[in-house]
Amino acid sequence: MRNYLVLRVAAKIVVPFMLLFALYVQFHGDFGPGGGFQAGVILAAAFVFFALIFGLPTTRRLVPDRLVETGIAAGVLVYAGVGFIGLLLGGNYLDYFVLDRDPAHGQHRGIFWVEVGVCLTVSSVMLKIFYMFAGRRRREDDA
Amino acid sequence: MMAVIAAAIVIQRNLFAVVVLGGIYSFLMATALVALDAVDVAMTEASVGAGISTVLLLGALHLVRGDEAKPLGRPWLPLAVSIAVGGVLVYGTLGLPAFSDPEAPIHKHVAPRYINESLKETGVPNVVTAVLASYRGYDTLGETTVVFTAGIGVIALLRQRKRKDRDRR
Repeated sequence: MRNYLVLRVAAKIVVPFMLLFALYVQFHGDFGPGGGFQAGVILAAAFVFFALIFGLPTTRRLVPDRLVETGIAAGVLVYAGVGFIGLLLGGNYLDYFVLDRDPAHGQHRGIFWVEVGVCLTVSSVMLKIFYMFAGRRRREDDA
Repeated sequence: MMAVIAAAIVIQRNLFAVVVLGGIYSFLMATALVALDAVDVAMTEASVGAGISTVLLLGALHLVRGDEAKPLGRPWLPLAVSIAVGGVLVYGTLGLPAFSDPEAPIHKHVAPRYINESLKETGVPNVVTAVLASYRGYDTLGETTVVFTAGIGVIALLRQRKRKDRDRR
């Protein structure tokens, strides 16, 4: 769909806002609806949309497979790591109260990092699955 | 409206139409969830159910034929099983407390504490986020691991397929 001018221009306008909205959902999740899971999906959707318009190879160059695969594992590690930091600071596993002198602040910090981990894993997995499916289609077209 | 679309999905034999109807169903479900004041869930339903999964199903549809295969025989046994299970589930709902009953056990257990204390204890105004990431941190860790496992499962399956192709050539 690279040859449709309207789609291309529209995508260029819309994609940054999608990314921005994903970040808003991510970091505003404490106050409004949203959080890591939703933000991750919206983030992945932005890249999937980009891939639909500009083609898979362009997107793969922009967000390489290696980065996506790292993201899948890194998200879980960030989440589990927050738990272990709590453990090291003398609390229970996934206990956020010890992350800061003020327990509520510690909670805030813990939730923030946990959400970052969720977002990383979810967006990477979604994007990776899309890459896999779309990549297969392209291979069979070649054959 | 959702029942009509569910029926249409069952009747429709063109898989493309089924995927599109599935997306519409998800959006209606999201609307229903907004009406129930579950905005977080509605957002997830709209983005995952209607957005990503529709795209993934369309991608999968490209790999297979676009029409559902005709069933081989008359599926009476599965029909009977479905009706029986559905009947048991409906019977089960009769035992539930009435909708929006404030005396229901679910509103008496931990919910009051979450609603009254979560702002003080976690400093996070959105109760859903507080419950999800703090009170139920283990569950969410488990969910993230499930998503992770799904991802590496897909990678493992499709990568292997690719390598076999290369071996055959």
